[in-house]
Amino acid sequence: MRLWLPLLAFAALLAVVATALYKPADRAVHSALVGQPLPAFRTEPLLAGRPGVASAADGKPRLINVYASWCLPCIAEAPQLMRLKAAGVRIDGIAVRDTPEAMRQFLARNGDPYAAIGADKDGAVQLALGSSGVPETFLVDGRGHILDQHIGDIRADEVDGILKTLGQAR
Amino acid sequence: MKRLALILAIIAAPVLADSKLPPAPLANTQLRDPAREAQAQALMVTLRCLVCQGQSIADSDAEMAGDMRSLVRTRIQAGESPASIRKWLVTRYGDYVTYDPPMSALTAPLWIAPLALLAFGLWLARASFRKRRRG
Repeated sequence: MRLWLPLLAFAALLAVVATALYKPADRAVHSALVGQPLPAFRTEPLLAGRPGVASAADGKPRLINVYASWCLPCIAEAPQLMRLKAAGVRIDGIAVRDTPEAMRQFLARNGDPYAAIGADKDGAVQLALGSSGVPETFLVDGRGHILDQHIGDIRADEVDGILKTLGQAR
Repeated sequence: MKRLALILAIIAAPVLADSKLPPAPLANTQLRDPAREAQAQALMVTLRCLVCQGQSIADSDAEMAGDMRSLVRTRIQAGESPASIRKWLVTRYGDYVTYDPPMSALTAPLWIAPLALLAFGLWLARASFRKRRRG
């Protein structure tokens, strides 16, 4: 038995390393607000003729997309947001540290799925939401509770899951 | 052609994942009142920069760290206590955001483990001294 002990210890160590290799630790910083009501906020409109975004709920589920025209993954995410919009999802955008001119160019180039776009000049709303980067998307139900937070760009195979979560929420 | 591409690559500016807007008002500006600034500074060195992860927001040049410094200074200036600002951030980002974590089931070993190890060492020493005295 004594002789087997080192081998067992080695096997245990190997198992620890192998699990970490196959399932790397999640390094993303998750918002602690998931499952809770949206914090109260109100943003000025970024573009003339389109409303800003506020935390008040209007009874319908929506996506709050934290994004920016200077953010490259946001370009990769744009087609998926267009698909979500086509499926009838309301998408509100929080434009972090952005200018109207840059945003108009961004929308002209990548499509425009946003019902409202709020200007977050100094990242204050982003901090209030517990978001730590762009793009991030908050799934909000009709009562204004945060159902989930999607960190990073939404990939093509993740659209259906988001539609399902929003469809179940009322 | 190859050389031209190389030259272009050298002079090309790197694409930074930063906005073109100026830093938030109080990101790099100290508060007028030295006592308040000291309070803000003491808090900022214990808050984690969320996009750099190994640095405090006082140390980091990241845009988001600047936004967080501005938030801390604005709130200190308005008379809010550092403890309440830390709590506000912890409700949003979890204990991860603070370098001064509160005692919880998860962090308890940090305090308990040294004491337990010390007790184990004393027990070990006592046992071995006893043996020697007998021998």
